[in-house]
Amino acid sequence: MLYRENGQFKTGYAEDQQIFPIRQDRIVILVLVAVAFLAVPLLANEYLLRAILIPFLILSLAALGLNVLVGYCGQISLGTGAFMAVGAYAAYNLQVRIDGTPLLVSLLFGGFCATVAGVVFGIPSLRIKGLYLAVATLAAQFFFDWAFLRIKWFTNYAASGSVAVADLSAFGLPVVTPVQKYLFCLSIVALCALLVKNLVRGHVGREWMAIRDMDVAAAVIGIRPVYAKLSAFAVSSFIVGIAGAMWGFVYLGSWEPSAFSIDRSFQLLFMVIIGGLGSIMGSFFGAAFIVVLPIVLDRLLPALGAGVGLHVDTATVSHVVLMIYGSLIVFFLIVEPHGLARLWSMGKEKLRLWPFPH
Amino acid sequence: MKSKSLPLVAAIVAAALSATAPAAFAQAKEQFIPVLSYRTGAYAPNGVPFANGYVDYLKYVNAKGGLNGVRIIYEECDTSYQTDKGVECYERLKGKHGGASLVEPLSTGITFALTDKAPGDKIPIITTGYGRSDSADGNVFKWNFPLLGTYWSAADILVNYIGKKEGGLAKLKGKKLTLVYADHPYGKEPIPYLQEASKMHGFELQLLPVALPGIEQKSTWLQIRQSRPDYLFLWGWGVMNSTSLKEAVATGFPRDKMYGVWWSGAEPDVKDVGDGAKGYNALTLQHGAEPNAKITKDILATIHGKGQGTGPKEEVGSVLYTRGLLASMLATEGIKRAQERFGKGKVMTGEQVRWGLENLALDQKKIDALGFTGVMRPTSTSCADHRGDAWARIHTWDGTKWNFTSDWLQPDDSVIKPMVKASADKYAAEKKLTRRTPEDCQSAGGS
Repeated sequence: MLYRENGQFKTGYAEDQQIFPIRQDRIVILVLVAVAFLAVPLLANEYLLRAILIPFLILSLAALGLNVLVGYCGQISLGTGAFMAVGAYAAYNLQVRIDGTPLLVSLLFGGFCATVAGVVFGIPSLRIKGLYLAVATLAAQFFFDWAFLRIKWFTNYAASGSVAVADLSAFGLPVVTPVQKYLFCLSIVALCALLVKNLVRGHVGREWMAIRDMDVAAAVIGIRPVYAKLSAFAVSSFIVGIAGAMWGFVYLGSWEPSAFSIDRSFQLLFMVIIGGLGSIMGSFFGAAFIVVLPIVLDRLLPALGAGVGLHVDTATVSHVVLMIYGSLIVFFLIVEPHGLARLWSMGKEKLRLWPFPH
Repeated sequence: MKSKSLPLVAAIVAAALSATAPAAFAQAKEQFIPVLSYRTGAYAPNGVPFANGYVDYLKYVNAKGGLNGVRIIYEECDTSYQTDKGVECYERLKGKHGGASLVEPLSTGITFALTDKAPGDKIPIITTGYGRSDSADGNVFKWNFPLLGTYWSAADILVNYIGKKEGGLAKLKGKKLTLVYADHPYGKEPIPYLQEASKMHGFELQLLPVALPGIEQKSTWLQIRQSRPDYLFLWGWGVMNSTSLKEAVATGFPRDKMYGVWWSGAEPDVKDVGDGAKGYNALTLQHGAEPNAKITKDILATIHGKGQGTGPKEEVGSVLYTRGLLASMLATEGIKRAQERFGKGKVMTGEQVRWGLENLALDQKKIDALGFTGVMRPTSTSCADHRGDAWARIHTWDGTKWNFTSDWLQPDDSVIKPMVKASADKYAAEKKLTRRTPEDCQSAGGS
């Protein structure tokens, strides 16, 4: 009823080509952004910000980066954790070696180093495809795990291999309290999401998608696979690298290589698959599903148990959370194999036709 | 479908909101202690007895009338030994019930992450026998308390012990020592000390990391077979320990030349190996298995006797269970010590508890009164020394149980102290902290 585009006439190409051609979408997104920037910092308590929203935002960013590679360009990667680690350690090293480096410069440097690593480990993608490529990117994961564990220089000779960063600030503003950290993360995530959205609807994104859908056909119509694949690796690793640096700097504060282990790579790949391949929204849905849902379940179960007069102990809760969570993954994959983002767009389609579906 | 699921969604949202809402109804006279445990995951066999001991002691204190009348309330959160889950647990629990009075992260990785947050949140971190070794320097690490011992003191005691066995530290020259360690901050902690010691005493040090959880160690033990070290130190956790012992049996490495740190010397580590582990030694963090201690019997009578025990009765008195008790006791004694200064029978804030932990003075009389006779030795902390007196013994597995095979040992602090200071200084420089002034040490709250 409300969601209808009747009467919205487009009088120019610019209007037709904008990110959200439907007015209602624009309003919803603007409200969402306003809520995220203005209302959330005012209303959310420290726990919500520090334990849920900040990790959710950072991992959404990483999932977004991975989605460029897997969802838009069709190159399966299991090295995401490694590229995050490259971003985090590169940013850390810049901060340690050159005193007083601004936080943003460190983050960008982390992203840049991850880009280089991504392109290098993306070269095999020119020859191998699909699952074989996944195995090749696994090499990146193991290589960087090894490098950050063994090469002491990277960790500045820290005794236990764990590194930490001092108080952060950006543009002269401190990034210390949960609200500041949240706003910092949110700004970067919003910027990157805008960047990716514009990339994927431009010619670069079309090249990626052509390669994803059929690389031979794409090559025939004049798309250079080398350029398309490596640019996807570069953009993806850049964003993943920034996310990694933020994970270390903003969320953990002090970390060791196990923060970016193979588990992280799998987690991010699941986010992309469950959220929706080739969808910006899907990255956020996937991150919400994987990060927030277990925590919500973990907190809900004892409350529900108490509601029916049952005392649920901690071990049972963790086990039940894993069970419910696992079955939900299976459920969503069966009901909607194209991810939560597809559910979302189907919902929108239905709303447009409501109440007269045909 | 939509109309049906709406009430359900509403119910879930409502329940989630009620679960996230801070407990504003904290009653007076309740001291909140968050319990970060891991009863699930790869390390559960070791995490469970510790958590049971920790919780049982809190129940025991409450059964005995609380902390001068102040009841302890606690809440558990399962970390699975993962750093990010641990941080979430900490964030979830720290503000509950009027604020956490202290936290025991029970993982070196989580300790590292929380160390940065503690000064801001004003919650002291107790790490009994684990965590950062350099956090013994209370002048830099104001909120960290690696009570009873650090990994550097553990490594020092072990080196001195094998030196004595050889007939003097000088005899270690030319010997080969291998460290098999979990590739994790925990396992890497002793390395700087051992490198220093190898320079000092002239033994050759071989470092063999094992990726956690450590069920695959074939290549590690192949290297050990090739290099044939004279002694082997084991810095493992959970299933890694028993795997190491099984590999030692398979490669024929003499078990009596193997020395584990205190986290590698509990029943779950050796039980599966049984007779194969005979002769294996491990350092104890003061206590070993204490089936005959007064506190063990008291807990059995007051808690398990009334059917309130957290775990099975059989584990009471086992090594890790006792460690849980001990950790819990140090925490509650810290609070009690704070009460002595800030008012008996009052609820202490995190800052006040910090003062209490910094001024712990557990003499023999107090230990006897608490029922820990023979379980631990007197210990006291100060502003500069957050570790306190580190006493340890060696115990040896005889195929069915652990037996003490050494007298009480102490580390040589003349070696460790300068290392702690240097490392703490480096941390302070990285974090742009300044050392605490003597006035700061004397001030009551020590804000």
